[in-house]
Amino acid sequence: MGKFNMTLQKTKIAEQNPAERRKNFKEVSLGYSEEEAINEAKRCIQCKSPACVSGCPVNVHIPQFINKVAEGNFEEAYDILVEQNSLPAICGRVCPQEKQCESKCVRGMKGEPVGIGRLERFVADWFIENGKTKEKKAENNNIKVAVTGAGPAGLACAGELAKYGYDVTIFEALHTAGGVLMYGIPEFRLPKEIVKKEIENVAEQGVKIQKNVIVGRSITVDELMEEGYKSVFIGSGAGLPNFMGIEGENLNGVYSANEFLTRVNLMKAYDKNSPTPVSVGEKIAVIGGGNVAMDAARTAVRLGAKEVYVVYRRGEEELPARLEEVHHAKEEGVIFRLLSNPVGIKGDNGWVEKLECVEMELSEPDESGRRRPVAIEGSEFMLDVDRVIIAIGQSPNPLIRQTTKGLETHNWGGIIVEVESMETTKESVYAGGDVVTGAATVILAMGAGKKAAKSIHEKLRKSI
Amino acid sequence: MYKILKKEILSQDIEKMVIEAPYIAKKCQPGQFVMVMVEEGGERIPLTIADYDRSENSVTIIYQIVGYTTKLLSQKLEGQTISSIAGPLGQPAHMKKVKRVLGIGGGVGAAPLYPQIKKLTEMGASCDAVIGSRTEEMMILQEEFKEIAENIYFATNDGSKGKKGFVTDVLKDLISQGKKYDEVIAIGPLVMMKSVVEYTKELNIPTSVSLNPIMIDGTGMCGGCRVTIGKETKFACVDGPDFDGFLVDFEELMRRQTMYMPEEAEHRCRLGI
Repeated sequence: MGKFNMTLQKTKIAEQNPAERRKNFKEVSLGYSEEEAINEAKRCIQCKSPACVSGCPVNVHIPQFINKVAEGNFEEAYDILVEQNSLPAICGRVCPQEKQCESKCVRGMKGEPVGIGRLERFVADWFIENGKTKEKKAENNNIKVAVTGAGPAGLACAGELAKYGYDVTIFEALHTAGGVLMYGIPEFRLPKEIVKKEIENVAEQGVKIQKNVIVGRSITVDELMEEGYKSVFIGSGAGLPNFMGIEGENLNGVYSANEFLTRVNLMKAYDKNSPTPVSVGEKIAVIGGGNVAMDAARTAVRLGAKEVYVVYRRGEEELPARLEEVHHAKEEGVIFRLLSNPVGIKGDNGWVEKLECVEMELSEPDESGRRRPVAIEGSEFMLDVDRVIIAIGQSPNPLIRQTTKGLETHNWGGIIVEVESMETTKESVYAGGDVVTGAATVILAMGAGKKAAKSIHEKLRKSI
Repeated sequence: MYKILKKEILSQDIEKMVIEAPYIAKKCQPGQFVMVMVEEGGERIPLTIADYDRSENSVTIIYQIVGYTTKLLSQKLEGQTISSIAGPLGQPAHMKKVKRVLGIGGGVGAAPLYPQIKKLTEMGASCDAVIGSRTEEMMILQEEFKEIAENIYFATNDGSKGKKGFVTDVLKDLISQGKKYDEVIAIGPLVMMKSVVEYTKELNIPTSVSLNPIMIDGTGMCGGCRVTIGKETKFACVDGPDFDGFLVDFEELMRRQTMYMPEEAEHRCRLGI
């Protein structure tokens, strides 16, 4: 018998069955057992020049950590993992591995790639359960650096800077750290306890988190510099929800996905005892085809909506959401109205009654490379719904750019940075994550935060 | 945690709290607001800043006990703490240099009106004020306004103080007496601001109003506070809360304010209030 497990398929992972999970907010995927993890880890053939690592925005030493899992040495696997990734339990759950590390895995050429994401999650969860926190604190060099926003970009940047020994303070606008990990991604995909644990791990490295401080309002970037922060990293995210500009968007019963998800996730409106309510109605249409749209639709299912539609103007292949999310949404009974573009929301009594749509067909590819949807004349139809959630993307929050002189932005609001260093047009001010790219993924934001931390260190260590 | 430095009962159901909040105290301007969360896991509610003291690092909020969260807040005592207060949020009020201003404050709306009138007086304007409430017992800040306003007028629904009727009745009286104003600032219930604007629009007296729609984060993230201003959708939290009253779609806003009435009723029922 060979050293490796040459099975073509990934080791199966247990999931809550769809009928059951429609009724609860517990995690869908239940994770590997130790035995399953070892079995899957043995599918990794330990390539000498591993392509998977180049597919990872934070360059996790993938074969090395998997090798430790195969040996049953989970503690060491964790140590290898966190060298590169400060939030592994989160990334193991929400990274689009199929487009990143796993897409490069040689095992994927014949059969399925190694379940890298599942193994990452297993190791991180094992550590939360069994690991002992190590004294990781680097010696403090007493150089103050400020980070704005305790989301994925800010946490990764702060964690990395702390490893170098900086005196890091994160300023967070909300009452809870985590950013989109707390307010956006639902409990059934990313349990909030896990997020809290990983943030605690970052804090244990010496990072201070000041909540309820809105940079741009409570204090400006310039004032932070005056207070002695030698560098500022902006990771304030893309929090401003986009609307379509169609008739009826301000009717009662129309939500931005941000509002709907924030009510449910951050404010825990799914719990009847939470003082913040959410109103789901009976039939709900979610406009958009990304991960946020899937999150909103699957949340609506769990809150008891009888019919939940995803209305998207392109086709199935063009859906920007992760395949797994689309698959889970379908299993849970979400109805996909593809090639349909909303043109108006109707409601005579002030509340939503109907969503007017037009059917679309795909023509030539546009500059994004995706086939452009074109309305089919005379194909208008009405969808009977009483709630509408708009999930067509978010723009960067304007508070910082409005209050920081010398910080240049694109016309759509994104902060302009030098791509190698993540430095903005304002000296010693860096930015990364959704505030630079527009809404993207957790791991890309983390990668940007880490990269910025390295540049900050490069620059500041000269002054030590 | 943020310490309650002082607490005062102003009238039936209206209370004042001075809270230690250094960041907010240092930066806030009239017209801005804060988001308050009384206890961890509670609701976030927007409250306009009624006053501030930069030297003692404090801000003052005045609130009416109307629902679950304000009830919870009112149970807190001097020396105790609240879980969160964040701000200052929103745009500062546009303080133009004008000669004659009429401030109209309805109910707890007199609280956010106060710092604006105070500031305008400091800037050299001569300000009159109309304060309205249901009854005299419910009236707030009479003394404070007396100190800064040139003339002060009252209106109560039951006639227990000043004119029996609405603040708009006083406004109409003042205009018919020949009073001239360059600007009106009206802050209070939506229906009050709406009727003030209907009247001042006819006379073409620029009127600013302060809106307080449903919000969650207060930083532009949820979009729950959207209002139609002219033909455009604005977010009250980042573009306001003060707007040109002539442009506000009050009908839409009044309708949007009722969005959570069924849930709120059920909620209050469960909590026994």
